[in-house]
Amino acid sequence: MNFILGILISSIAVTIIVLIPLLGVGAWNLYTLFGIIIPYAAMATFFIGIVVKVIGWGRSPVPFRIPTTAGQQWSLPWIKPSPIDNPKTTMGVVVRMIFEVLTFRSLFRNTRLEYRRTEGGPKLDYEWEKWLWLAALVFHYCFLVIFLRHFRFFLEPVPGFVSLLESLDGFMQMGVLPIIGFGLPGVYLTDMLLMAALTYLFLRRIYIHQTRYISLPADYFPLFLLLALGTTGLLMRHFLRVDITAVKELAIGLFKFSPDPKILSGIGVLFYIHLFIVCVLIAYFPFSKLMHFAGIFLSPTRNLSNNSRFVRHVNPWNYPVKTHTYEEYEDEFREPMIEAGLPVEKGAESTGETEEAESGEKE
Amino acid sequence: MADTPKPEELAGIDYLPPLFRGWINEPAQIRPGIYCYAAKPKNLDYVGMPNAREWNPVDDDWKLPENWKEIILDGIRERLEKFRSFKLFMDICVRCGACADKCHFFIGSGDPKNMPVLRAELLRSIYRKNFTVGGKIFGILAGARDLTEDVLKELWYYLYQCTECRRCSLFCPYGIDTAEITMMGRELINLLGLNIDWIAAPVANCYRTGNHLGIQPHAYKDMMDFFTDEIEEITNIKVEPSFNRKGAEILFITPSGDVFADPGTYTCMGYMMLFHYLQEQGLDITWSTYASEGGNFGYFTSHEMAKRLNAKMYAEAERLGVKWILGGECGHMWRILNQYMDTWNGPPDFLEEPVSPITGTKFENAKTTKMVHITEFTADLIKHNKLKLDPSRNDHLVMTYHDSCNTARGMGIFEEPRYVINNVCNNFYEMPPETIREQTFCCGSGAGLNAGEDMELRMRGGLPRANAVKHVHEKHGVNMLACICAIDRAVLTSSMEYWVPEVNVTGVHELVGNALVFEGEGERTTDLRGEPLAGMEEEEDV
Amino acid sequence: MYDGGKIIAGLIIGIGLLLAPFFYNAGTAAKAPDPQLTPKAKEAKECVTTALYMKSSHFSLLDEWRHTAVRENERYFKSPNGKIYYKSLQLTCLDCHSNKSKFCDQCHNYLNVVPYCWDCHIAPEEKK
Repeated sequence: MNFILGILISSIAVTIIVLIPLLGVGAWNLYTLFGIIIPYAAMATFFIGIVVKVIGWGRSPVPFRIPTTAGQQWSLPWIKPSPIDNPKTTMGVVVRMIFEVLTFRSLFRNTRLEYRRTEGGPKLDYEWEKWLWLAALVFHYCFLVIFLRHFRFFLEPVPGFVSLLESLDGFMQMGVLPIIGFGLPGVYLTDMLLMAALTYLFLRRIYIHQTRYISLPADYFPLFLLLALGTTGLLMRHFLRVDITAVKELAIGLFKFSPDPKILSGIGVLFYIHLFIVCVLIAYFPFSKLMHFAGIFLSPTRNLSNNSRFVRHVNPWNYPVKTHTYEEYEDEFREPMIEAGLPVEKGAESTGETEEAESGEKE
Repeated sequence: MADTPKPEELAGIDYLPPLFRGWINEPAQIRPGIYCYAAKPKNLDYVGMPNAREWNPVDDDWKLPENWKEIILDGIRERLEKFRSFKLFMDICVRCGACADKCHFFIGSGDPKNMPVLRAELLRSIYRKNFTVGGKIFGILAGARDLTEDVLKELWYYLYQCTECRRCSLFCPYGIDTAEITMMGRELINLLGLNIDWIAAPVANCYRTGNHLGIQPHAYKDMMDFFTDEIEEITNIKVEPSFNRKGAEILFITPSGDVFADPGTYTCMGYMMLFHYLQEQGLDITWSTYASEGGNFGYFTSHEMAKRLNAKMYAEAERLGVKWILGGECGHMWRILNQYMDTWNGPPDFLEEPVSPITGTKFENAKTTKMVHITEFTADLIKHNKLKLDPSRNDHLVMTYHDSCNTARGMGIFEEPRYVINNVCNNFYEMPPETIREQTFCCGSGAGLNAGEDMELRMRGGLPRANAVKHVHEKHGVNMLACICAIDRAVLTSSMEYWVPEVNVTGVHELVGNALVFEGEGERTTDLRGEPLAGMEEEEDV
Repeated sequence: MYDGGKIIAGLIIGIGLLLAPFFYNAGTAAKAPDPQLTPKAKEAKECVTTALYMKSSHFSLLDEWRHTAVRENERYFKSPNGKIYYKSLQLTCLDCHSNKSKFCDQCHNYLNVVPYCWDCHIAPEEKK
């Protein structure tokens, strides 16, 4: 399995995913299947899958307190501790987790190894490298904003925060472009940034030697799926429009558990492709690396305070073990210990006597 | 033993992984100089570890037990149920590659399977194949593969190329900790008796004699007597350490390396001098020959073995009736004391909350574990002006400080040792920020890899640290590298000799010993190593 | 240590947020829009182009009209079936669709679309 195969297999998979609704709806008119049954099945898989996975993680205990300490511990009163990177309290942990989840703080530390061979031997440097962090952050936030913007299709009446997001996201009013008709309705910043970030995240996978070597089809697949999702979304907004009133009626119907099958045929096939990609994405979610979304919250190197020297941490499966006791130790080394003037529990004579007594009994 | 290549030969590192050959079906080439010798059966037998036998990593036949696959898979299942860390870390990696170039072994070797992510994937691939739906259905596409003998050998080879330093976990956006994965992996292969002797022998020794080096009680005392003479020769002061003394207030435990291996021995002399100095002020401390090991090579085999060895500390403290325990300079010892000891073998209700008998400081951060780090103890003494120090006695040294990986990322003790060093030395320079504190590099030979036969691996792994030392050596003339870890003291000495021969290695308390001014001591002309002090070089010649 | 309570709480919050659309819409009428044609529009039978196109892309057409009329002085639009229309929102579009609140606003409000037509143009006065 090399990177070419990985890319090939993943792109074939995504192509098939696009073709299925294209044929299913476009050629065979399976509207109910693609508009109602599959979305419900995917949502069920998504929610049940996540709950099962997270509960599964939760069933395994955290036997030891193993935070990765990234700052000064709390020790002497005059030494300034690092309350977030080496949290002493739950509050510190909460702040650390907020930074991890909302700002990808650990990833922000990233550096890039720079190796040179000089006359005096190898020379290593650790260079500035924030692109991965930036692309990851841009991608995740854009995805969130786009997801929330979609709430205009999901909620009736549309709440204020959606309007706010829409106006902020579209504030550049790129609708007014010299090319007539393009960019209408208004172009959203997040749409562009999401596609750019995804493209970067894909390109860096093949461009950087290390990631090229470690990447699996399971890494390319979600990227391609998201790129296809974004592409169909953009196409639908700007080029091959569908009846979005009907789309919203369908969405609301789904959320109210009373979808109206009559609307389905009035919506263009592109919508069904977009919807099917979403369904595949969310159904795939609980079984894939995408679960990092929930996993980060449970990571024991991040979500524990470094307090195990002053608050006892209990391991629920702690069990007694066989140890080599002091008595066994002294029994083996008593003679030389006495000779060296080391204190012993039992005197040499007394042991000698008991030994004699024992041997006497045996005799 | 393989000849270790010259530094010039090791310097050419190829970071380019194969372009068209993926890793997943590529068996490992077990190379001399990289791998460690197999555990001798007697060492495994002594502590009752399974499947002890004679075997050789370079042989085709590893004489595995017949049901070895079952043992491994059952072992994985058991550990998935016991450790959330393991379960989670098997599932959530996205292979972003942030960890890839953070590992000292990858940096030094360029071997792509030394990227932390790939080291973990070696085990993950087995997990996926046997424990996940996706892996069972999609196989290699989902990064899953069968557990074969080749896969097992590869796993073994690379699990003993990780020092559990956790540098990767710092950079991982999800905190995935390769140390955790290596620990699980090593537990698993230990079920098949696939240990290395450099770990198995110290474990057996420690179990029997109380310390890794297998020093018997009388030899331990002999060695300390020798240090006593040395100290007297240099300072005219006769120190009187006590051993296994019941009723002492404090029990002192340090790694046995400090007693038997240079340059740790000088650090040991530093402790002895400090304790003697404080005796008049009311320090009542004893050493133990039974708990004569701070380190814990059991930690490099399994949690259970680690717990069995660690139990000695509290057991001895209870037997002697001390109030609390003081711990010497050691790396993984302190990760264990901080993150495991109380959970394993506590609660030590027979001990009291540690209070410094000299300053009255309550060590609140050691309230339940009841064990204080010696640099916390010493920093507190210095802060309270309890020590008369003459830092100029270390003027012949230009210092830098190496944060031990375990105390850095498994505890966070950064300021205490620096405070001590800055009070006993006048010349101190930090290495670049990407190589110290939480971002510190491993010495290159921790987690039981400081054997002789894997010297090439060790020198490669030591390169990032050495490179940073070389930088401050060239820039500031640094000639001494301080650390608070016994393994560091042993292995950095080798890697400095190899990469930066002008720099020596010391423990922090050796520097304290040098600077400590005793009442009525003779004028010192040399440091504890017998090296002339600054300005005393001529007197030496006379 | 399991922290089961925290995990369950986290799951409830996380899943709850994701399920928000189900809760939000539950019990609401969520009436679909019902755009009304004025008698005049009904009588005309057809718009300037197909109803399907107008439904999804009327804003593109309006944008095109604006550009060509204002910048290129092309004042007339030939529909697909050959009819000529004067390019004007107020004089042509709103002539038929004089019921903004019952026609334009119906879908615009439903989908939270805020067209900036009315920043400049004056909406027709509607008969109550």
